Amino acid sequence: MIKNKSLISINDFSRDEILRIIELAADFEANPNQRLLEGKIIASLFFEPSTRTRLSFETAMNRLGARIIGFSDVNATSTTKGETLKDTIKMVSNYADLIVMRHPLEGAARYASEQASVPVINAGDGANQHPTQTLLDMFSIMKTQGHLENIKIAMVGDLKYGRTVHSLLMAMSQFNPTFHFVAPDELKMPEEYKSFLREKNVSFTEHRDMNDILPEVDILYMTRVQKERFSDLIEYEKVKNTYVLRNAMLDNTKDNLRVLHPLPRVGEIDPDVDANPKAYYFKQAENGVYTRMAIIASILGVK
Amino acid sequence: MEKELKVSAIKDGTVIDHIPAQNLFKVISLLGLENIPNQITFGTNLESHKLGRKSIIKVADKFFADDEINKIALVAPEAKLNIIRNYEVVEKRVVEVPNEIIGYVRCFNPKCVTNHQPVPTRFYLVGKHPLALRCHYCEKVTTEEHLVIL
Repeated sequence: MIKNKSLISINDFSRDEILRIIELAADFEANPNQRLLEGKIIASLFFEPSTRTRLSFETAMNRLGARIIGFSDVNATSTTKGETLKDTIKMVSNYADLIVMRHPLEGAARYASEQASVPVINAGDGANQHPTQTLLDMFSIMKTQGHLENIKIAMVGDLKYGRTVHSLLMAMSQFNPTFHFVAPDELKMPEEYKSFLREKNVSFTEHRDMNDILPEVDILYMTRVQKERFSDLIEYEKVKNTYVLRNAMLDNTKDNLRVLHPLPRVGEIDPDVDANPKAYYFKQAENGVYTRMAIIASILGVK
Repeated sequence: MEKELKVSAIKDGTVIDHIPAQNLFKVISLLGLENIPNQITFGTNLESHKLGRKSIIKVADKFFADDEINKIALVAPEAKLNIIRNYEVVEKRVVEVPNEIIGYVRCFNPKCVTNHQPVPTRFYLVGKHPLALRCHYCEKVTTEEHLVIL
């Protein structure tokens, strides 16, 4: 049962619960304006700025007819006066029926969910978890492939620090995928995730060049390779162009291939890809609204 | 063992043996021994085949509960307890790292909420040799080499 449950980590939701959210997201896409939350108040607490995630959540809340309180700039709150997170959460949970929060500290959402008397949705806690992103990624995979089973997924770019790839990897592992990891040596998939996959008997391969695997994959999940992640800038200059997707590279790929990216992108997908029907990242962002509607409606028990 | 008991035998209480010498004061602090009125004797830098140099603590009239004594397993995994009644060792026990560790280990992740807000830390044991503790909050694993007792 998802009702009244907090969503802090993707591991909090079972396979069935994930499938239920995806199914509901599809319903909301077909019929996006359902004022099921008339009279409800949702707190949107952004302790660090995140325009994209906040707008997506607040669009979802508005489409559901809920009213929103909150802040998008921590400098306008008592946190700057030294108020503890606990006190802020205790106070807000007396006002709102649900809390959506983004916080720069890792574990802040878990802690908030223990202090709050209402459910909490984690909209990102530092580099730790961003479960609604994972659910919208899965909804996007389901929509573009028709199912979640046996998908061949290439993950490209920063696989060391990228929380979206780690969460997606863990959640998709319940659906017998094959992974291909493409990353520079400095940003390779950490050992802990590879051993997780070995334990689950999920097959994966590792590459330096995405051209090696492009013809066989169903999903190409691109991420940013950030300059500041490199200890050696010469290394960055050497590899930066290797992890850029250009339209011509999609020529010999499968018809069902779709390119996903959590956005924002910087240079890793050339704008010439945008017009290709295999480019899916903007639609993926739109899917985020329906996914978040599904999550909010389930937790508040109206769906 | 006999030799140790002769040194400062206690009538009733607990002898904690095989504490790594450098961790004696961590053990004292984890058990809160500085705050109890019982008679306590300890020796440190004693020779030990196993540990090189070890410490020993004798606490009169004190019998520890499992969850209390198991706290020291993180800093004295080889510790042995002798429960003394009327000058006799009536029970020997070893310590075991608990599955859940609340409030006395620091999370090594500088961005963890527990290092910034007044939140008691909480870990789950995910590996014994070497020791590995997963933070309940940030989900990062603190290993033996980064272990800091609060």
